[in-house]
Amino acid sequence: MDAAVQTVEVIRQHLIDPEICIRCNTCEDTCPIGAITHDARNYVVKADVCNACNACIPPCPTGAIDNWRQVVKARAYSIEEQFAWDALPPQEDLPVGAGAELPPEVARVTAEAAAGQGGAVAPPWSAAHPYVNLYTLDSPAIATVSGNFRLTGDDASSDIRHIVLDFGATAFPVLEGQTIGIIPPGTDDNGRPHHVRLYSVASPRDGERPRYNNLSLTVKRVTEDHDGRPVRGVASNYLCDLRKGDQVKVVGPYGTSFLMPNHPGSSLLMVCTGTGSAPMRAMTERRRRRIGLKEGGELMLFFGARAPGELPYFGPLMKLPKDFIDINLAFSRLPGKPKQYVQDLIRARAADVARLIRDDDCYIYICGLKGMEKGVDEALRDVCRMHGMDWDELLPLLREKRRYHVETY
Amino acid sequence: MSIDYSQKIPNNVDLSSDKTLQRALEHWQPNYLQWWAEMGPTGSTNFDVYLRTAVSVEPDGWAHFGYVKMPEYRWGIFLAPAEKERKVNFGEHKGEPAWQEVPGEHRANLRRIIVAQGDTEPASVEQQRHLGLTAPSLYDMRNLFQVNVEEGRHLWAMVYLLHRYFGRDGREEAEAMLERRSGDADNPRILGAFNEKTPDWLSFYMFTYFTDRDGKFQLCALAESGFDPLSRTTRFMLTEEAHHMFVGESGVSRVIQRTCEVMREHKADDPAKVRTLGVIDLPTIQRYLNFHFSVTIDLFGADQSSNAANFYSAGLKGRFEETKQNDDHQLKNDSYKILELQGDRLVEKEVPALTSLNERLRDDYIRDSIAGIERWNRVIDKHGIPFRLKAPHKAFNRKIGTFAGVKVSPDGRVVSEAEWNANVRNWLPNDEDRAFVASLMGRVVEPGKFAHWIAPPAVGINRQPVNFEYVRFN
Repeated sequence: MDAAVQTVEVIRQHLIDPEICIRCNTCEDTCPIGAITHDARNYVVKADVCNACNACIPPCPTGAIDNWRQVVKARAYSIEEQFAWDALPPQEDLPVGAGAELPPEVARVTAEAAAGQGGAVAPPWSAAHPYVNLYTLDSPAIATVSGNFRLTGDDASSDIRHIVLDFGATAFPVLEGQTIGIIPPGTDDNGRPHHVRLYSVASPRDGERPRYNNLSLTVKRVTEDHDGRPVRGVASNYLCDLRKGDQVKVVGPYGTSFLMPNHPGSSLLMVCTGTGSAPMRAMTERRRRRIGLKEGGELMLFFGARAPGELPYFGPLMKLPKDFIDINLAFSRLPGKPKQYVQDLIRARAADVARLIRDDDCYIYICGLKGMEKGVDEALRDVCRMHGMDWDELLPLLREKRRYHVETY
Repeated sequence: MSIDYSQKIPNNVDLSSDKTLQRALEHWQPNYLQWWAEMGPTGSTNFDVYLRTAVSVEPDGWAHFGYVKMPEYRWGIFLAPAEKERKVNFGEHKGEPAWQEVPGEHRANLRRIIVAQGDTEPASVEQQRHLGLTAPSLYDMRNLFQVNVEEGRHLWAMVYLLHRYFGRDGREEAEAMLERRSGDADNPRILGAFNEKTPDWLSFYMFTYFTDRDGKFQLCALAESGFDPLSRTTRFMLTEEAHHMFVGESGVSRVIQRTCEVMREHKADDPAKVRTLGVIDLPTIQRYLNFHFSVTIDLFGADQSSNAANFYSAGLKGRFEETKQNDDHQLKNDSYKILELQGDRLVEKEVPALTSLNERLRDDYIRDSIAGIERWNRVIDKHGIPFRLKAPHKAFNRKIGTFAGVKVSPDGRVVSEAEWNANVRNWLPNDEDRAFVASLMGRVVEPGKFAHWIAPPAVGINRQPVNFEYVRFN
């Protein structure tokens, strides 16, 4: 087995700063699952019990409670080690491949997004090397808005926008499939700075406009939560309301897994809904710009939305040559037509999907709302059954060969 | 359980369902506000202060931060969530269901306990009322005001119990709490330490470290009470009390840090030289420590006390961490070692545990205090300075209990009147010390700037930067 594929499990270990802590016992009292204990010297957190629920964070009078270290799980600090501390240890270098220290929120969001593929998967062997975490919360990059266009039709229920950010003289290298973090200005109801929000880059590595130092994002204005209750998304509304010339604080880039293969003859099987199309657009555009090189490989896209007017990039997509990309659009709200989802089309195209699954040079990308995961998984399982493969056996192999990448939110 | 902020008096005790009680408290409220206007922080009425307000007693609800004018702070009545089928956990009634109403035979004692606790809350606000004028930074000023409004809320907590459970007597006691004044010759606060002055910020940090820690231990003992409303209200007060001790511990630590930095920078170790460099010399800090430590341990009362035994046997006031102790929780046959004066020596003596509960709480307190002093010493160690702060002997400078009037040095030797008089200026803050510390005091109002004699904190409040505008003066 390829050594680099063996993933080292890294956890965010919760620790208490013994130099700031006043041993008031509030955290131990507050913890709902008994993860905090103390001796005569220190208050400490049991790494195997703490589930990072954060219940202890606001009641702590000192701020000592809010400390985290990325550590290899097998080498998490024991409570005995923590009892002996006079000060917190520095963040240790992690083994190669274990990832640089990401902001906690970014680490959490990316871990959740990749949960659908069953944990960390390495990128395709021919992926370019990504830069990550060049700009941090303490020193973000400043980008200038050079465009903000509505992608969805005037009558569409959703407002999805194509936003172009220009970095001027600031280096901000990204690859297709990577994400960047946006820091909305201002503070939340508790007076704290807003959390960073992550967005997939929708443009290829050489820029939204080739040889310009810019990139694009696909942003849907959030007006309701997952359960349909009205809520105003802080970051999405901030981004959707930006005007040309406005400045934006950007951190990142992030993402070392959801990257495209670069070797000639490699194919892409892409499944997405809504703004999950952003990385697919980036990868497709990368390939389109290189059509002239005749590097081979196929592109097959399954793309779901309510109606054509709600489908970002519908117009440009329709103009792409049929022999360049095999496009399958599923609409779930067309008047007078039965509801159709991406999984229905995957089943309808079972033969071609199965062929691509068998092809070791084909890489699979799934991106969209969490809700699509199950349906797509079942459809792929059906495709396999119809064509004499066992999805449960296949999936670990696909992961091991770095061919299966999921990003859902 | 969220707090009902639509009411005149925010509360999570369903106040609106008891109209008589609601009216009584609404009648007390303007008197409280009048007291705050007269005795609260001087000249602060119009400041916008970045304060924490509880919006529920759940972990995520009681630390909401925002700018508040202090007279508009939402003082209210919050009880920690009820524990299902809670029992009386010690004393003669051990094992019976906890009381939701005051048992008749314990009425007088419970009222006395609640009044003694409640009286300390407005007292400390009065003691600290001028400190805002000399705050060493906006950060510190904000912390002072946070302590003040929360002491005010703790008064509310006790007054609620008095009004709700003690009828006319309780209402009269609640009024009297607004009438006594810290340090007043005719109508002083009940406990000695709460009539002392808090004239400067070193005193304030020492007070919040030592005396608010007494509060913690008293509240912990009351949180064990068989009278459930007292237990629930003190449990929630403890969460707020932690901030006060933080202000003290980190405050003293930052003073020490700054002193050590300056000593090292100028290679100065002579206290007189250190003073000329505008920071507080370590021996002066030690003398302040001696004073606040000894005055505070008096608050635990006489070392042998039948009152304490009665409170315990009746299930009214437990030990520190009562429910974590592994014994019969009745102490009928147990003994405890206390110190006694024999001739000119202090010797250990075994006495009944039940009458020694004050001493035991004092000893628990001393252990907790000393741990923090050791953390201060680490700051000194880090700078490579050969000096150690030490808690004085518990018989030093006592006014209450066996050692009242006995002359004992900080290292625990019984000394003659002459030796005491010759050394007291080295053991307790003298007039020159106080004058010197006073000379350093002056208000610093630029965000992120700190007075020369104190180091900035390691982190800001609520993840805000240290140079955040914690107070806006308008």
